[in-house]
Amino acid sequence: MRGDIYPRGALGDDPPILHPGYKSTLERAPSRPPVPIPQTLSELTGPIFGHDRCRPEDTDLTRQHAGAPQGERIIVAGKLLDEAGRPVAGQLVEMWQCNAAGRYRHPVDQHDAPLDPNFTGVGRAVTDAEGNWRFTTVKPGAYPWRNHPNAWRPAHLHFSLFGPSFMSRLVTQMFFPGDPLLALDPIFHGVPEHARDRLVAAFDLDVTQPEWALGYRWDIVLRGAKETPKGI
Amino acid sequence: MANVTPSQTVGPYLHIGLEWKDAHIVAGDSIPGRIRIEGQVADFKGQATPDCMVEIWQANAAGRYDHPADRRDDKKLTPGFKGFGRCSTDAQGMFRFVTVKPGAVPGPGNALQAPHIALGIFGRGLLKRLYSRLYFPDEPLNDADPVLNLVDPARRGTLIARKVAGGDLPTYRLDIRLQGGAETVFFEA
Repeated sequence: MRGDIYPRGALGDDPPILHPGYKSTLERAPSRPPVPIPQTLSELTGPIFGHDRCRPEDTDLTRQHAGAPQGERIIVAGKLLDEAGRPVAGQLVEMWQCNAAGRYRHPVDQHDAPLDPNFTGVGRAVTDAEGNWRFTTVKPGAYPWRNHPNAWRPAHLHFSLFGPSFMSRLVTQMFFPGDPLLALDPIFHGVPEHARDRLVAAFDLDVTQPEWALGYRWDIVLRGAKETPKGI
Repeated sequence: MANVTPSQTVGPYLHIGLEWKDAHIVAGDSIPGRIRIEGQVADFKGQATPDCMVEIWQANAAGRYDHPADRRDDKKLTPGFKGFGRCSTDAQGMFRFVTVKPGAVPGPGNALQAPHIALGIFGRGLLKRLYSRLYFPDEPLNDADPVLNLVDPARRGTLIARKVAGGDLPTYRLDIRLQGGAETVFFEA
């Protein structure tokens, strides 16, 4: 649209709102297409939230209780960037996940797998000047869900990001390389095929800490301005 | 250039990762002119959705956004007011915020936008955020609002809250219908 500061091309890499393979979309996806509107000051501004409320220990999900959680300890690290490749600094990164057995600490999750008294599954980090973030956690388990017969979610971490404006807001999921369940997951397959690999982390020996934990690298890219937005 | 990371659903367990106990209080006790914004999120059958989350973003009462891209220094910021709120829906699908009514803000060209609050809706079954706006009833600027005027007049009402009687604060209600019925108008920007 004329006057756009944020390119709209990136919108085509998101899943469609209706994706019948993921059954819940049938009941909740709007039936009418969104109305395109100009990017006004309301869209080009956005919240700066939570960066001042994180404690350093929020980045280590294995040290939030008296003991260590069960499971395979991992490190997940990456950069938060905008689509021009600029680091997004000083921003809150929210992450949540199930435990190593595939169970969330949530009343709705009734999967017959054990809760871990030493694992909550919630992490928060703030990006540094180069956009870097990093979590230490345990690898989440796969778990069944009732979308279709014998449906299993691949192991994944949930991420929530803000970025420079209300239009760069992103909630997404990170997956692990080589997971055979990726080929079967309707939520992952909601993303157009050309963009799916952007949700899969890479095993990284440089992130891996000797005698301690395997490391994965995953960069997150948010919508961003072609130029620095001017007031009005 | 870098390729933008695609969206995925927030899923049914969003509460463990995204709830902050005070995030629905956008305007604290010390800020004058507080109002309540509330509504119910409902699915294709009109049934309440207890596993959604609503985020709001708005200017202060003077129409100033607390963000570096809003450089209008003649409009003063309000100490303690950031303009962002987050509230997950309860068992009845309800969300509630305490905030202030925003002032009018600039639109494209010389147009003025009527007071409005930007809405982001997340939930199980939503593979990406839905974006909408809340407008206020009996607001003369609504008629000329450059965004409302892009919407089919028959559907504009889905964006305009109604005043609700009673309660401790002046209260405006806007229900969000995800699909079917008086389906809410959603935007893309």
